[in-house]
Amino acid sequence: MEPSSLALFWAGVIVVAILMYVILDGFDLGIGILFGTTNDEALRDEMVAAIAPVWDGNETWLIVVGTSLFAAFPTAYAVFLPAFYVPVLLLLLGLIFRGVAFEFRHAGARMLWNWGFFIGSTVAAFVQGAAVGTMIRGIPVAGGQYAGGAFEWLAPLPMLCGVGLVLGYALLGAGWLVLKCEGALREWARRRIPWLAIAVLAVLAVAFYETLDERERIATDLEDRSWGLIFPAIGLAAMAGVFLGVRWRRDALPFVMTVLFFVAAFLTLAVLFWPYMIPYRITVANAAAPDASLAFLFWGAVVVLPVIAVYTIAIYWLFRGKLIKR
Amino acid sequence: MELDPVLLSRIQFGFVVSFHIIFPSFTIGLAAWLATIEGMRLATGAAIYRRVFDFWLKIFALSFAMGVVSGIVMAFQFGTNWSVLSARTGAIQGPLLGYESFTAFMLEATFFGVMLLGRDRVPSWFYFLSCCMVSLGTMFSSFWILCNNTWMQVPLGHAVVDGRIVPQDWWAITTGPIVRIRWPHMLFAAFLTSGMSIIATGAWHMLRGRHLAEARVMLRWGLGLVAALIPLQLWIGHLTGDYVHQYQPAKFAAIEARWQTEQPASEVLIGLPDPRARKNLFALVVPKLGSFIASGTWDSREVGLDTFPVRDRPPVVIPFFTFRIMVGMGLIMLAVSWLGVLLLWRGRLERARWFLWAAFASFPSGFVAVLCGWFTAEVGRQPWVVYGLLRTRDAVTPSLTTRYVAVSLAAYVAVYAIIYAFGLFYIYRLLRDGPADEAASHDGLTPGRPAAVALPSGAE
Repeated sequence: MEPSSLALFWAGVIVVAILMYVILDGFDLGIGILFGTTNDEALRDEMVAAIAPVWDGNETWLIVVGTSLFAAFPTAYAVFLPAFYVPVLLLLLGLIFRGVAFEFRHAGARMLWNWGFFIGSTVAAFVQGAAVGTMIRGIPVAGGQYAGGAFEWLAPLPMLCGVGLVLGYALLGAGWLVLKCEGALREWARRRIPWLAIAVLAVLAVAFYETLDERERIATDLEDRSWGLIFPAIGLAAMAGVFLGVRWRRDALPFVMTVLFFVAAFLTLAVLFWPYMIPYRITVANAAAPDASLAFLFWGAVVVLPVIAVYTIAIYWLFRGKLIKR
Repeated sequence: MELDPVLLSRIQFGFVVSFHIIFPSFTIGLAAWLATIEGMRLATGAAIYRRVFDFWLKIFALSFAMGVVSGIVMAFQFGTNWSVLSARTGAIQGPLLGYESFTAFMLEATFFGVMLLGRDRVPSWFYFLSCCMVSLGTMFSSFWILCNNTWMQVPLGHAVVDGRIVPQDWWAITTGPIVRIRWPHMLFAAFLTSGMSIIATGAWHMLRGRHLAEARVMLRWGLGLVAALIPLQLWIGHLTGDYVHQYQPAKFAAIEARWQTEQPASEVLIGLPDPRARKNLFALVVPKLGSFIASGTWDSREVGLDTFPVRDRPPVVIPFFTFRIMVGMGLIMLAVSWLGVLLLWRGRLERARWFLWAAFASFPSGFVAVLCGWFTAEVGRQPWVVYGLLRTRDAVTPSLTTRYVAVSLAAYVAVYAIIYAFGLFYIYRLLRDGPADEAASHDGLTPGRPAAVALPSGAE
């Protein structure tokens, strides 16, 4: 069954929204993770200031993903969330803690909110990675409903992907700090980038090995898609760019190259999963709501998504350049 | 009643949605109040309105942030715990809730930012326009929620195709006769909730002898608004009862604790329904009044719970009491607001400390009424999640086990306890400190941080 053009439109919306979320919230979750690796309150305050104007706008993309998935692909929504019951719970609680810690840090109980900021960010990043790892292994479905246990995501591959994403987000965050900051914090972040990059590559190598070990679970015909290897190649090249950016002391390069690395990794997964929405059981076409539903919300998307895009661009434009210390 | 995933999931949903609804119902009313006050400032140029505005803007910002945080959880609850409901009705509920979050986002992305940070950067007419748009946005947000919930109460405009429930007539779903009653009922409830909070805050500062000019504005406007709105709300509430009577007779019988069909029907004013014996203990009963309330005649035949098979009967005790508490809160609002207006008219309001104390103490009346109204509507709909189409028992996620729902419920309770204790404490502190003596400047704050306006940022 071929997906209708409306279904493809909505699948496109979700793919773009996930990518936007991963890159944008990725760097501020990453800064939350790095935040826990120093005790220097001055550095910490500067880290928070580097993402203060943008973090909650970044998080909006997750809501776009959630609501679009429910509206346009209710069958996938109804499988995906139960499959990740515990991770979704941890993600929501992590994001809540991260969000309020931002606002409450200055109002008292600083220790509590500092920990909340670090742990909330780390947990949110970890469970997102674990979800990706679980999807690579495939999600058991019976009768249109999730048919696995509560801890499918506790297998080795999801755990590796979880650790990998924590490190990857930290790398993005460090890149953002180099881009936005000067002085001590920029040096602090720059020193960490090579180590984080090496750690990401090491974890991904082990995860790749683990995936080969479980390749019979992957139902996509990968022989047909060997062209897709271009994306991992781009990813490796981007990582090389990260190292060069540190070496040449170019402030924008590590962040831009890490973003490219994330895009390449994302497209690698897209090649692996297409046409499945729930790998490897429910396709985009099968998950789609009837066109009457997709068309009804289409007009909302046509108005709102450009507004979100303009708003995002405007906020980043307004706060472009180096962070000015007050 | 045993603790199974269905019951625990219901408790969890009830818990997170109850914490959530407190904030939207407060902010819908506050947004309208802020637009009104800003309009008055524009019309009269009086500085007092600016001080009152700035004070409530901080409370609004913090409440809005709390509402957004708790709302994100709601967007995922349908999928995690009610996956059969999501899969079967997602084609209808998904787009309605999608429009809700799109509306909320449009608001947050554009005019809300202007409202918080744009005071000195845009012309005053545009600032006023932004306040009005934020107010409209919150109202439309609630419109989509009420469309969705109304469809769950009385499903309209759909067809069942291969076991999936699909939309056929979006006009019927979004502008049906029942949405046209229930949405205003919710809007008025939100206005009254904020109105009572404004009255109580004014009374509090008046009692403490501080910020007298601002307290006077709050008391006058709050009392006037509530006094004007509450009779309308009681009437709309009656219309809401009419739809229940017509479309959900079992819920109506449960609210009335009418175990047997009666003609003419009596009205149980108060009592203790005993579900086992199927009768009411210690009941205070007025003959014939039940018929009159239900259908406007003194001798109509009103169906009792015995008309329905046991498996289709809703619980009785909760709807019976929550409905009466809601009505009681409405009567308290009526008494406080009309008495207050009378005292104001006679020029004795500020010396009537007993009244100010009563007004201060009645601050939760709106919140309690909103929660109890929703409990009545939702518990009364049981055993259905979508009335007549899908039972709650069949809607739960099949892969859930009791242990996981118990753990997630405990986690939500623990985290909400921490977050809300702090959030409410900060709101309390803002209310206690009262309006700033001179209009505070918002310079140096960053957009995208709603609560930044409200919280002191001492470390920066």
